[in-house]
Amino acid sequence: MEHIISVLVENKFGVLSRVANLFSGRGYNIETLSVAPTLDPSMSMMTIVTRGDDKIIEQIVKQLNKVIDVIKVVDLNESEFVERETALIKIHTRQEDRAEALRIADIFRGKVVDSTPTTYTIEVTGDVRKVEACINLLQPLGLKDLVRTGRVAIAREPVRQAAAQPKRILKEEK
Amino acid sequence: MKLTGAEIFVECLKREGVKTIFGLPGGVVLKIFDVLHQQKDVEVILTRHEAGAGHMAEGYAKATGKPGVALVTSGPGMTNVVTPLVDAYMDSVPIVVFTGQVPTHLIGNDAFQEADNVGISRPCTKYNFLVKDVNDLGQIIKEAFYIAMTGRPGPVLVDIPKDVAMNKGEFHYPDRVSIRGYNPTYEGNKWQIKQAVEAIHKARKPIIYVGGGAIFSNAHEELLEFAELTQIPVDMTLMALGAFPGSHPLSLGMMGMHGSYASNMAVHFSDLVIAIGARFDDRVTGKVSEFCPEAKVIHIDIDPTSIRKNVHVDIPIVGDVKTVLRELKAMLKATPNGNAVEQRKPWWNQINEWKAKHPLTYEQPPDALIKPQYVIDRIYQFTKDKDPIVSTDVGQHQMWAAQHFVLNKPRRWLTSGGLGTMGFGMPAALGAQAAFRDKLVLCIAGDGSFQMNMQEMATAVVNKLPVKVFILNNHFHGMVRQWQDLFYEGRYASSYLDTVPDFVKLAEAFNAVGLRATKVGEVDGVIKEALKVDKPVIVDLEVDPYENCYPMIPAGGSNHEMIIEDPPEMKRGEKPASKVAGEDKDAVLTA
Ligand SMILES: Cc1ncc(C[n+]2csc(CCOP(=O)(O)OP(=O)(O)O)c2C)c(N)n1
Repeated sequence: MEHIISVLVENKFGVLSRVANLFSGRGYNIETLSVAPTLDPSMSMMTIVTRGDDKIIEQIVKQLNKVIDVIKVVDLNESEFVERETALIKIHTRQEDRAEALRIADIFRGKVVDSTPTTYTIEVTGDVRKVEACINLLQPLGLKDLVRTGRVAIAREPVRQAAAQPKRILKEEK
Repeated sequence: MKLTGAEIFVECLKREGVKTIFGLPGGVVLKIFDVLHQQKDVEVILTRHEAGAGHMAEGYAKATGKPGVALVTSGPGMTNVVTPLVDAYMDSVPIVVFTGQVPTHLIGNDAFQEADNVGISRPCTKYNFLVKDVNDLGQIIKEAFYIAMTGRPGPVLVDIPKDVAMNKGEFHYPDRVSIRGYNPTYEGNKWQIKQAVEAIHKARKPIIYVGGGAIFSNAHEELLEFAELTQIPVDMTLMALGAFPGSHPLSLGMMGMHGSYASNMAVHFSDLVIAIGARFDDRVTGKVSEFCPEAKVIHIDIDPTSIRKNVHVDIPIVGDVKTVLRELKAMLKATPNGNAVEQRKPWWNQINEWKAKHPLTYEQPPDALIKPQYVIDRIYQFTKDKDPIVSTDVGQHQMWAAQHFVLNKPRRWLTSGGLGTMGFGMPAALGAQAAFRDKLVLCIAGDGSFQMNMQEMATAVVNKLPVKVFILNNHFHGMVRQWQDLFYEGRYASSYLDTVPDFVKLAEAFNAVGLRATKVGEVDGVIKEALKVDKPVIVDLEVDPYENCYPMIPAGGSNHEMIIEDPPEMKRGEKPASKVAGEDKDAVLTA
């Protein structure tokens, strides 16, 4: 089963490689990975999409926790979460297709971020199904290039707690 | 106070209480060696190869429980120490390895003797550091020792560029460190411990399965009390030998691929496995799906990733073995269950039957070739009152030593378990001897393994480390030949080592003492002689080259399906011909 794991890490040299090494060394898959600094610039948040049965996911979470530069690990699948991905899709457009391209972009609330007489670059953001649906519809027009950010995700705040004091993020209790 | 990086380095070692380090210099670490040379608190043992330095640090750490330290140069110095790093990582040995690096401004330029030290060592260290600023050096060294020694111990590498060693910086050595991503759990969860107590009271066929973690945690006393209180039989892994007295009536000896019949049967048929500081290695579990099929499993370990990695666990207890065992004992005493011991009588009867059915034995006819087991037995008989430290290499001799050399105390057994590193034995023995100059340190080696680090005989002689090396010389990679007999119809592909070197002459070349026994009647004599000399000794024991090590669970087999002796269908290969020109003095092989 697919899991999205948030990994809060020290923002320092070599950390990405420690995490990537762990996955490759133990034969786990990374489907997507995104990293960026958090509000506190001494830390980064990695969002890793991976796959495995419960036993493998349990090991992945434990192994990540064992990495000394990892501060906190959350398997988002254990609660509700929102996820987003952005794709930049560059398509060839013949004159007669340009209107169609814009229509498709519109359906997915995509934006044209670059345009030439023969191409459009469309930015689309959403959950992975939406992004893929958009790509699939644009593909027949002539896909020239495609980049995707990989997925980022965040836990939904339980309604009752939302009103309470913001909590500091601490290392997962073992 | 401003000091150079090299001075800071030495100052840090002193503060950590490091008395001895093992190393070999090169361009980028000369400054550090130069500073070491001008002081007396930290002794530097110059090795002949960096692998020797790494394994010596391991031997030192295993024997003392303190961190072992090695210092090597950049590039090839570092790559030579990779094997000890991996070995230490697999066996949780706390060593701190300092490597030199090219000056910071050259890093990444493919400079002379540059290697990506932190990149290479990342997957085989618990943590590693590249020091970029001399002002951070003290803090980093403190963290390095702290990480190596706490939680599940392991190797840490600190890479020091040449300019960092040369430059002056502020010396700051914190008394304590805390790392926000690193908080090992020492106390076990009370609720889980309670579950464990209930399971122990209910069990009719329980077994304790002890791993090396019991030794690292210094839990031997707690383990003994726990076993005696509950009267549960104790199985030990290769790494755990000595954690529980091997001669104790509750001990079933070593378990696993070459473990005793009783120990493997007991774990297979048990209804409760209490795993303590062990990690369910495949050499212990055999076929995982058939490992202790009817047992509940309690697993006590400080490393959460060890739990449920290979086998199902019913009651996981993450924590320090010593701390958890104390708690467990207290709770067991508070909830007495007088009958449990009584109700386990049938279990003990069964175990005693297994013990009687296939005890660890061997036969030594007086006029036959020397049996390797006999040699181990005799060394044991001559040294058991001297409380020796015993190191081994890897192969048949290692397994025979594990079976026949009874160990009653922890930190007396130095062997490479997880990685199975040939060439570990002699340097590890030297590391232990450097820590305990007055102790008897023995190395039980194979002729193949010994040749992987025999250059360290020079280190032994020069530094007056009088280790006694006993080579069980079968002129083969014996363990490989055994597998070839059993699984490859006796085709001895690349396992015959021929007739060289002459280990007695080799010893003499190093200005050590060389002794040899080729007949049964000579064995006692050479052992006694070796123990008398106050110098490093190599004893060449020409043993039966075709002896196989049993019991054996074939790789991937189930623990109750042990091979007890050479199977009738086994095809013995032909005696290989010596390729050493003009020589056929290989009398032993012809016999
Ligand atoms: C560095 C290394 N290379 C290869 C092996 C594979 N191997 C395991 S046991 C063995 C033979 C060991 O021979 P020897 O040291 O003579 O011991 P014996 O089995 O004969 O007692 C080999 C080659 C290993 N464990 N380590």
